[in-house]
Amino acid sequence: MIENRPGLNLLAHLTLMLGVVVVALPVWVAFVASTHTATDFMSGTIPMWPGPHLLENYGRMLDSGVSTSGMPPVGTMMLNSLIMALLIACGKIAISITSAFAIVYFRFPLRRMAFWCIFITLMLPVEVRIVPTFQVVADLGMLNSYAGLSVPLIASATATFLFRQVFLTIPDELTEAARIDGAGPMKFFRDILLPLSRTNIAALFVILFIYGWNQYLWPLLITTSSDYYTIVAGIKRMADAVDGLPQWHLVMATAMLAMLPPVAVVIGMQRLFVKGLVETEK
Amino acid sequence: MASITLDKIGKIYSGGTRAVGDVSIDIADGEFIVLVGPSGCGKSTLLRMVAGLESISEGTVRIGDRVVNDMEPADRDIAMVFQNYALYPHMSVRQNLAYGLKNRRTPKAEIDRRVAQAAEILQIGPYLDRKPRALSGGQRQRVAMGRAIVREPAAFLFDEPLSNLDAKLRVTMRLEIKDLQRRLRTTSIYVTHDQLEAMTLADRLVVLNGGRIEQIGTPLEVYRKPASTFVAGFIGSPAMNLISNRAVPHLPGTAHAGTIGIRPEDLTPAPDGPIDMEILAVEELGAQRLVHGQTGGERLTVTLPSGVELPRTLRLAWRPGSLHLFQAESGRRID
Amino acid sequence: MKRTIFRNQLLPWLLLAPQLAITFVFFLWPAAQAIRQSFLRQDAFGINTTFVGLSNFKALWTSPEYLNSLQVTAVFAVSVTILSMGFSLLLAVAVDRMIRSTSVYTTLLVWPYAVAPAVAGILWWFIFNPTIGVMPYVLATVGYDWNHISSKTDAMILVVIASAWKQISYNFLFFVAGLQSIPASLREAAAIDGAGPVRRFFDITLPLLSPTTFFLLVVNIVYAMFDTFAVIDATTEGGPAQATNIMVYKVYFDGFVGQNMGSSAAQSVVLMLIVIALTVIQFRWVEKKVAY
Repeated sequence: MIENRPGLNLLAHLTLMLGVVVVALPVWVAFVASTHTATDFMSGTIPMWPGPHLLENYGRMLDSGVSTSGMPPVGTMMLNSLIMALLIACGKIAISITSAFAIVYFRFPLRRMAFWCIFITLMLPVEVRIVPTFQVVADLGMLNSYAGLSVPLIASATATFLFRQVFLTIPDELTEAARIDGAGPMKFFRDILLPLSRTNIAALFVILFIYGWNQYLWPLLITTSSDYYTIVAGIKRMADAVDGLPQWHLVMATAMLAMLPPVAVVIGMQRLFVKGLVETEK
Repeated sequence: MASITLDKIGKIYSGGTRAVGDVSIDIADGEFIVLVGPSGCGKSTLLRMVAGLESISEGTVRIGDRVVNDMEPADRDIAMVFQNYALYPHMSVRQNLAYGLKNRRTPKAEIDRRVAQAAEILQIGPYLDRKPRALSGGQRQRVAMGRAIVREPAAFLFDEPLSNLDAKLRVTMRLEIKDLQRRLRTTSIYVTHDQLEAMTLADRLVVLNGGRIEQIGTPLEVYRKPASTFVAGFIGSPAMNLISNRAVPHLPGTAHAGTIGIRPEDLTPAPDGPIDMEILAVEELGAQRLVHGQTGGERLTVTLPSGVELPRTLRLAWRPGSLHLFQAESGRRID
Repeated sequence: MKRTIFRNQLLPWLLLAPQLAITFVFFLWPAAQAIRQSFLRQDAFGINTTFVGLSNFKALWTSPEYLNSLQVTAVFAVSVTILSMGFSLLLAVAVDRMIRSTSVYTTLLVWPYAVAPAVAGILWWFIFNPTIGVMPYVLATVGYDWNHISSKTDAMILVVIASAWKQISYNFLFFVAGLQSIPASLREAAAIDGAGPVRRFFDITLPLLSPTTFFLLVVNIVYAMFDTFAVIDATTEGGPAQATNIMVYKVYFDGFVGQNMGSSAAQSVVLMLIVIALTVIQFRWVEKKVAY
C-alpha cells in the first residue's frame, strides 16, 4: 500500500463485507429455512433467524427422506455421491498420471497422436454429446451403476497436462541417477515420480473431488433406480417430487447437506484448493 | 574395478548432427582420466555414452572385458556423480545412498555396512537422516559421492561435479576427490571444462575439441608439449601466447612454422631481446603481474614479478628451448 | 522434452490404455455419432433413417426457437460474465489493499466454488420464490412485482444471478493472483508521478491486469455456456416461453424430451464448433498449456 488513506481502507472493508454478505446470503437463508417447520412458511415470508427444528429436520432427511416422494434417504444419496466423487477423483488421477508418464518418459510411434486424442477431450464436454454418450452407456449396460456414474467422466486432458507439466520440471539427472541405480520405468514411477508429485496429486484431488461431487446432468440421465441417486441430482427431483408446494424446509436441509462436504473440503484445505485451481488452469 | 576401452566411438544425433567422432581411449584399471574441453566439445556426451545414458552410434565401449554398447546403465557396473548432484529430494541421505543397493537386492546388513562405511569415509554420518534440502552445497556433493562409493562399482563417472560449488569449496573438494580416488583406486572418468581442475586431478588428460580428441597425455606432457594450437591455448593459465610467424619474422629457427607459441612465464625482459612489446594493460595478481601488450599487431601476455616500474615498451627474450612451433593450416605441433 | 527416456515400446501403450479406451468409447465415438446423426433424419417411429445432408442445420437456421436460443445464450453468457467478473474485481481490488485480513476475507469468499451449480440454482430459486422468498418481499416494498414464473426478464435475471454467484470465488482468486503479480514498484512510481488511487487503478493496474482479465473472460464464457445446465434445470427449465432456454439446455431437451435426434445432433455439432473455437482462443491467446 502506498499511502495511508483511512477513508479508502474503510471503503475497502465495507466493500468486502458487502461481498461476504452477498456471497453468504443464499446459504444463510437456506440454513434458516432448514431449521423451521413447514407451517412456519405459511405466514407468507420465511423467517430470518434459525428456528428450533434443526436436528429434527436434518435427522429426518438423513435417515428416511421424504417418504411420499419415492426418494431414498439423503444419507444414501450422500453415500452415492461420495462413492461417485471418490471414483471420479481417483480414477482421473490414476489414468492421467500414467498417461502423462507414458507421454513424457517414452518415445513410441503415434505418441503425438495419443497426445492429441487426449487433448481433444477438452473440446467435448458431456453437455455437447449427451444423447450419443447416453446411448453408449446404455448399450454397455452401465445404467444404474457406480461404473456408469464415474467411468465415462474420468478421461481428463486437464489432469494429464498438469502431470505432464510437473514431470517436465523434474530434472533429467534424477531419472538418470535412478537408471544408474537400477530402477526400471515402473520402479522409477513408484519410487521417484509419485512421491515427488504428492502435493500436486493432493491439490488435484481436492479440485476433482468437488467436480465429481457436483456432477448433475450425467447422474440425472443414467440413474433411474433410486438406489443410485446422488444428492446433487436428487435435490432437483425432490423439489419437483414433493406434492404441490415443495416442503422447503426439507429441501433446504438437503441443499445444506449437499454442499457441506465440498465446502468443508475447500475451507479445510484452502491452500491445496487454491494450488489445484491455479495449476489446472496453467 | 576394471579397465575401460573406448574404440572409435562416435555419436550422431537423429537430426544428423555429429557430436563425437572417432574417439579411442584406453583407460587402465585404477586410472583417473579427465575429459576436458570447452562447452560443446562432446565431453559430456562421451561420458554419458560410457554411462549408457546416450546410445552409441559408432564404435564399441568395453568395461573390463565386456562390450557394454547395448547394456542398460544399471548393468554396466558404473556409478555417476552429476553436476547438480541429482539427489532424490524426498529421500533421506541414508535412503539416497541405499537406493541403488536395494534395487540390486543387496542384503540389508550389507547395505547398512556399506552406508556406514561411506558415511565414515566422507564424514557425512551426522546427516544420514536428513533430507538433501537440509544440507549445504558441499554436504550434498559428499552425499552424491557417497552414493557412488557404496555401490563399489567398476568405475566412477564424474560429470562436472564441482561446478555448482563456490570457488573456495571447489578447491577443497577437488583435493578430497583426488585423495578418495587414490585410496579406493577405482577407475574414474571425470568431465570438466576447467583446465586447472583437469590438470590437478588427472593421471592422464584427454583434451577434446569439436567432438574429437586433440591430445591424450599426462598433465605435464600436455602442458609441456601441446599437440596443437587448440591445446596450447586451452591448457595453462594465463594461456600460451600464439603469434603468427609473420608478426615476428626475425625469430631464428621458426621459418617453417605458421604459428609460434610462447608461455607468458617463458618470456623475460632483456635489453637486447628480439621482441619489442608495447604495454597496453597490467593485471596485478599479488605475487606477480600479468602484462598485456602487443607486438607487430599480435596480442602478447607476459608474467613478471610485481613491484618493478614498467616502461612504455618492453624488450623481451624467451627462455631457450621454450618455443612451441605449429603448422600454419592444421595447427598441429612441429617437433 | 525429456533427454532421458525409457526404451520400452509396449509399456507406454499399457500406461495410456485406460485413458485412450475411455476417450474412444465415451468421447470420440459419441462425438462421431453426433456428427453422423446430424446428417440423418429419423421417421416418427424411429425405424427408418435417411441421409438428409445439411437440412438439419438449415432447419436450425430457420427455426425461430433456435435463433431465440442463440440470442438467449448470448445475453445470458455476457451478463453472467460481466456481473461475476465486475463484482469479483471490486472485491479483489479491495482485498489487495489489505495487509492483515486478506486470508480471512479470502476464506469467506472462496467457498461458493464448492457449491454445485444445481444447488446454487435451488438456493436462489428459493430466495426469489414469488410466494415465500425474501427478495420478492424486499422488491415489493419498492414497488416491483417480482415473478420469474411469468416474467421473462425476471427469469433471466434469476439464472444470471445464480450462475454469476457461483463463479465469484473463481474470478476473485484469479484477480487477486493477477493483482499480486503486478510489481508494487510500478504503482509506487505512479504515485510519485502524482497519480491518485483511482488514476493508478485505471492507468496502471487495469492495463497490467489485462492478461488475467482476458483469460477469465474466456473461462467465464465457457462456464456460462456449458456448466450452467444444472442452474437452468434446477430453476426455470428454460422457461417461461423459452426465455432462458440456453443452447446446452435445448440440446438436452430436444434430444431427451422431444426425441428429435437429427436436430439435437445438429445442435451438438454447432456447440462442438463453439467449444473448439473457444479452446483455440484460449490456447492461442491465453497462457499456453501445451508446447506442441
